[in-house]
Amino acid sequence: MESVSGEAGNFEVGIKQHPRYVDIDKCIACGLCAEKCPKKVENEYDAGLAKRKAIYVKYAQAVPLKYAIDAENCIYFVKKGRCKACEKHCPADAINFADEEKELAVNVGAIVLASGCEVFDPAVRDVYGYGRSANVVTSLEFERILSATGPYSGHLVRPADGKEPEKIAWLQCVGSRDVHGGAQPYCSAVCCTYAIKEAIVAKEHMKGPLDTAIFYIDMRTHGKDFERYYNRAEEIGVRFVKSKISAITPAGDNGNLLIRYADEAGRRVEEAFDLVVLSVGLGVPDQAAALARKLGIELDRYNFVAASSFDPVLTSRDGVFVCGAFQGPKDIPQSVIESSACAAAVESSLAESRFSLTRTKEIPEEIDVRGEAPRIGVFVCHCGTNIAGVVDAAAAAEYARTLPDVVYVEENLFSCSQDTQEKMTQVIKEQNLNRVVVAACTPRTHEPLFQETVVNAGINKYLFEMANIRNQCSWVHSGIPEAATEKAKDLIRMAVAKVGLLEPLYDPEIEVTPAALVIGGGISGMVAAKNLATQGFHTHLIEKSTALGGQARNLHATWLGEDVQQYLDRLIGEVESNNAIEIHLNTELTKVDGFVGNFQSTIATNGAEQVLEHGVALIATGASELKPQEYLYGEDPRVLTGLDLDRKFIDQDPGLKEVGSAVFIQCVGSRIPERPYCSKVCCTHSVQSALRLKEINPEMDVFIVYRDMRTYGLREDLYRQARDKGVTFIRYDFDKGLEVTREQESLSVRFTGYVLQRQMEIRPDMLVLAAAMVPPRENPVAQLFKVPLNEDGFFVEAHVKLRPIDFATDGVFVCGLAHSPKPIDEAIAQGLGAAARAVTVLSKKKIFGNALVAKINPETCVGCQGCLDVCPFGAINYFEDRHICQINQVLCKGCGACAATCPSASVELMGFRPQQLFAQIDRALAE
Amino acid sequence: MAEFEPKILAFLCNWCAYAGADLAGVSRLQYPANVRSIRLMCSASVSPHHILKAFQKGADGVFVGG
Repeated sequence: MESVSGEAGNFEVGIKQHPRYVDIDKCIACGLCAEKCPKKVENEYDAGLAKRKAIYVKYAQAVPLKYAIDAENCIYFVKKGRCKACEKHCPADAINFADEEKELAVNVGAIVLASGCEVFDPAVRDVYGYGRSANVVTSLEFERILSATGPYSGHLVRPADGKEPEKIAWLQCVGSRDVHGGAQPYCSAVCCTYAIKEAIVAKEHMKGPLDTAIFYIDMRTHGKDFERYYNRAEEIGVRFVKSKISAITPAGDNGNLLIRYADEAGRRVEEAFDLVVLSVGLGVPDQAAALARKLGIELDRYNFVAASSFDPVLTSRDGVFVCGAFQGPKDIPQSVIESSACAAAVESSLAESRFSLTRTKEIPEEIDVRGEAPRIGVFVCHCGTNIAGVVDAAAAAEYARTLPDVVYVEENLFSCSQDTQEKMTQVIKEQNLNRVVVAACTPRTHEPLFQETVVNAGINKYLFEMANIRNQCSWVHSGIPEAATEKAKDLIRMAVAKVGLLEPLYDPEIEVTPAALVIGGGISGMVAAKNLATQGFHTHLIEKSTALGGQARNLHATWLGEDVQQYLDRLIGEVESNNAIEIHLNTELTKVDGFVGNFQSTIATNGAEQVLEHGVALIATGASELKPQEYLYGEDPRVLTGLDLDRKFIDQDPGLKEVGSAVFIQCVGSRIPERPYCSKVCCTHSVQSALRLKEINPEMDVFIVYRDMRTYGLREDLYRQARDKGVTFIRYDFDKGLEVTREQESLSVRFTGYVLQRQMEIRPDMLVLAAAMVPPRENPVAQLFKVPLNEDGFFVEAHVKLRPIDFATDGVFVCGLAHSPKPIDEAIAQGLGAAARAVTVLSKKKIFGNALVAKINPETCVGCQGCLDVCPFGAINYFEDRHICQINQVLCKGCGACAATCPSASVELMGFRPQQLFAQIDRALAE
Repeated sequence: MAEFEPKILAFLCNWCAYAGADLAGVSRLQYPANVRSIRLMCSASVSPHHILKAFQKGADGVFVGG
């Protein structure tokens, strides 16, 4: 991006596109160019541990999977016109040395900054020996070492000598939580968990035992389910050593490295390791910061985009939004949540112009082939030399002609090229074909393309089959061409047998009710409702209690010091005054019928029932602070929870001035066997409250007794500030317990200090318990929507990293504390994100289901409900009156587990019916 | 006597094992040509009937990847 002019809703953006010298419309990613390219270059993706060629794809999963020439290293460009090996060997004529830099101008309504982060370069700090010893690697280099597509094919060896390591150390906070030269004072938020992951994966990689040790300051596994992961690492023997390592020295000349640290008993220890991994932190690339400044975007002192807790994806410039690690160090789930949040924010700002640039595709009318004998056409692709260079394509085509019902066979140089596609459509019509087989690459990438081709010829897209004679044949049997040709023939024979038995299928059309149901009137629910309403969708917001607000009612300020009550009043006002939002207080959900696009939910308001029709549901049922059973809570008025103290802040309780000393106890009810998760917010909250107490009475002695301080990300600033202001932090030995008693009139807190391993006692005037965040004991909403809860009582998303807002069940989404403990900014981001996910359904008049679903024959079903038990999508219902099960065609994802389970063979999966599969099996094994 | 060459039938899940077999191709990993694969939407849809049918038709081994 070179320039931006204009304003929100109407920006002119100047873009510079670098030349790639490969025509991506022609490149088929066969890899021949890279194979023939004589120029080897250090592979950045493998962190310099391996070589690539000057013509390359960035990494195996790159999208689009197309090659590019690195002009800085390409011999043609460096030596002015020599080489051209790639051009000579490219079977698709895709090389274009004349490609030039292009200036593009686009007119857009909004801009999203998602340029990400870079990792700290440990070479700027000499103490780690990085760059001097090849056996000191960064965590990213270690990721590549572990990877099956990495420099050692996933074989865990040391870069220096190829030796399998027996001992590996991870050093945490390299470049993070450090104010010394080049490093950053903030916490990078992701490194503790990734180091644990690397240690676990490393152990799994080794045949023999592997000693792994993680040297840390605080283990910050604050993300959802991360604490369990930490516990598991301890169980399988990963060592955790609380010690900040400031130097690594060579241990002799065998490449090993010496680390000095103090053990739990305070003794100085020297230990040698085969390999040391530096857990490098995250930072903003200078280029990204420069770009943001050019756009007039306000950055914080670390060059992250400054955003408020209440508008986490808004930048200081109207119409420009931010998500991901450019807004602060964060992990994948949070980045994905924010990307959805950004989409919601953009959508609401551009709602009026929705669909104004959409074009509709014309689809020819389908020819009815029912009752016709199969007339099968087989197209055998050469894929240049990719297939034909190994498989005798002519022989395979000749063989195809001999197969039953095959009336037409053709060979193509590239079946996927635009001109061949058009020709195929023509041939299908001319030859009156009613079923088509393409023997080429993989259906995973090319089935949709060829399906479109047959649809253009008036054939149902399900009367099509592919034979994978490239990825699973010519490419993997290049040394045995005869055997490959025989296999190709068999694969074609199998595809022909199946296609002859296929029947036309139709993706079910579902009308969408353009309304949403949001369950829970806390911050995330309200944010979601407000966004949906702004986008023009009618939204029902139901709240169990008598007022909107949820947990935020109890909160004084965000960690950035923003006033929560003020924000809450404003948000409630906006929600109440929005005509598109119908608020139902004192209301509970009692029944849910229907499915994505068409839900009918029954709600009871003060006992009076009504049915709401809606296309999507957003679950924002929240969580609350645990009322502790221990430490004299409820017995002594001086013992408070974190939120009790916030109440005093909100009410400006004059009594706080009189408090001479306060103790905060962390992890009350969290990180214990019966509640093994971390509540994420309490460390920051206690630090923030401690600072507030110091502000109210600077003379107050404030102690925070903790296990690991988890002021993750930029919140670390607050922790440092608290130490500067004189708040005393004491790590206690959790295994040795902590006791609160009343000695005459004074409170006594006794525990064992971790560092000194000595009994300590504090007698505070006030004791604040950082109590766990707990979901409701019973949550009927889960049962009503058939969506899962985890063992802690939080909702389970469809995918922990990539789909953190969705459920496996379509049309139902989750946000806020119902998903996991989180602070306000993250709850708001997820609320917005849930709105964006919901709009993917609501913005459509109709949605199309999947035709490849299971069907139950009601004549033979005996109602045993075996299928119901194995269905992962809640798509099967049992009808008691008829004693049968039926499958909801919309909810079914077509996995076929039910079909394999049914004892009476009453369930069949469309497109994979028994006779179709049996024909494939039979033809695969025929002589 | 010719060396025994087993005939193997593989049932592969579209989303993982089949994708893995495709990636083996992209990576040019070489393996014997005596396996024939059938693509399914989930390995859960493989029933004992399919496996028995394969043996009945002369398969020497059945591979279920999912």
